[in-house]
Amino acid sequence: MIPTFLPCGDSALVIELGDRIDADVNARVISLAAAVEAAAIPGVVEIVPSYRSVLVRYDPEIIRGRELEERLADLSEHLEVSGAQARSWNIPVVYGGEVGQDLEEIAAMKGLSPEELIALHAGGEYRVFMIGFAPGFAYLGGLPAILHTPRLQKPRQSVPAGAIGIGGQQGSVNSVAGPSGWRFIGWTPIRVFDPARKIPFLLQAGDRVSFVPIDPETGERLAARAAAGETVIEPEEAA
Amino acid sequence: MSIEVLAAGPMLTIQDGGRKGLRCFGVSNAGPMDGPAMSLANALCGNSPEAAALEFASTGGHFSTTRPVRFAVTGGDCDIHIADRRVLPGESHRLNPGETLKIGAMRDTVWGYIAFSGGISVPPALGSRATHLRSGLGGLEGRALRTGDILPLDEDEAADRCLRTASHLPANVGGPIRIVLGPQDNYFAPETIASLTETEFTVTPQRDRMAMVLGGAELPAARGHDIVSDATVPGSIQVPGSCQPIVLMAESQTTGGYPKIATVISADLPRLAQMPIGRRFRFAVVSRDEGETIWLAHTRALRAALADLQVKPEGLLTSEYLLSCNLIGGIFAPEERGAE
Repeated sequence: MIPTFLPCGDSALVIELGDRIDADVNARVISLAAAVEAAAIPGVVEIVPSYRSVLVRYDPEIIRGRELEERLADLSEHLEVSGAQARSWNIPVVYGGEVGQDLEEIAAMKGLSPEELIALHAGGEYRVFMIGFAPGFAYLGGLPAILHTPRLQKPRQSVPAGAIGIGGQQGSVNSVAGPSGWRFIGWTPIRVFDPARKIPFLLQAGDRVSFVPIDPETGERLAARAAAGETVIEPEEAA
Repeated sequence: MSIEVLAAGPMLTIQDGGRKGLRCFGVSNAGPMDGPAMSLANALCGNSPEAAALEFASTGGHFSTTRPVRFAVTGGDCDIHIADRRVLPGESHRLNPGETLKIGAMRDTVWGYIAFSGGISVPPALGSRATHLRSGLGGLEGRALRTGDILPLDEDEAADRCLRTASHLPANVGGPIRIVLGPQDNYFAPETIASLTETEFTVTPQRDRMAMVLGGAELPAARGHDIVSDATVPGSIQVPGSCQPIVLMAESQTTGGYPKIATVISADLPRLAQMPIGRRFRFAVVSRDEGETIWLAHTRALRAALADLQVKPEGLLTSEYLLSCNLIGGIFAPEERGAE
């Protein structure tokens, strides 16, 4: 698809690369965002990749939208898409329990045992399509089709940070406590967002994620380390 | 060196210039609903324009200080008293330990600002002191302020003098709220786009720092009200399935799944924010290029206004004299400019 430029007021514009959720389109989005960043165009103040487009905020005192569009069209024309920078994370999960209160119901809906559901969820390879909605909240693609489950009719008022969720065809690791209509099957002791930590955000768009089942005792032990400000897990740089 | 909140108005929060460059991590800018008004309050106190100050909705509250400070209230017309002495918004005044500062209701606007000389010095979160209520970030424990809160102040290094504006700020002009169509205006039929500018909209009570829901014409999206979520900005006009437009504001979420019919231009967003509930207004479409040009003029005018503050002579005239002056709506006759 040829990039389409869409105006977004007097100090932002959108480069749209597709109209659906698609890993290839998203890979182009992330490569384009990285290319715009690397180009260090004076007047560009912020770059926000999402599923299928890149939003660029600019300061019209330094660069006008028309000129910026020309620079960005040139960049997207010569774009090289590469997944080589992608990082890969193994996120430990305590399945079930109080936070993962929907595990058994979803398993029953799908005609699976809870153990089979856990194996399916932990067996998936996920991709961070975008970070949005709340600080550090990662939208994950790659949820096995059998686990696709509609959101709740009535959102719950309070779901803790770290809850592992399913919303439609997407997965999530909740980053902050708050209301949610997603369904939850477990929790991770990892804090994907901690404003007090040196690196506040663990995940970024384009990262790969896998889930690793752990027992509740290990979960509590890791949670204590995370509470002390440790990142607890490190990413692997994919080849 | 601190300010005590003796009584807090609703939605009293600490704000500064806001968080920058973190929308790709899902972090909203936050910051003031009316940026020029907050910059003016700071400038009147000798602070940098983006220093941390207080923002309130409709009614300010009561405050006291542990050291002599200068303060200024901006955002609109309201009653301000130091002890029983009435003082004016739009200029700085002295507040001494033992005195109570009382800030009443805004008359025709919504968001008020109180700056204190030195600025509020709570620890920054992700590079900013701005309170983001939704995610509990910044300010004091990420929340609205309450009675009894103590707000630390930074060292006051500016010249010890009180200032007032010499000219009016550009935000005070009337007229329609100007918009640039898009990014998803192609989701709407031409007659729906037309009704966006040919009919009046109303400010409804469903409003906060995150968004304003507008009443008026319904805006059905011919191509449906769901898009694959993409990035938003403050000023984005989302149209969900209710067909009622929602304008995203300072504390907006960073992404959304509704089509965005248009974007309010940066110069007019504070003016929309300041409209009281029930206010009727129209939208007018401008091109992106026109929107940018308006912004450049607006920014220049604001800078000029901030650079042209006048020192208030002190000790020459009594407050009784000032109260006898006919200072309607904060507009000064030239001969009264030098008075206090």
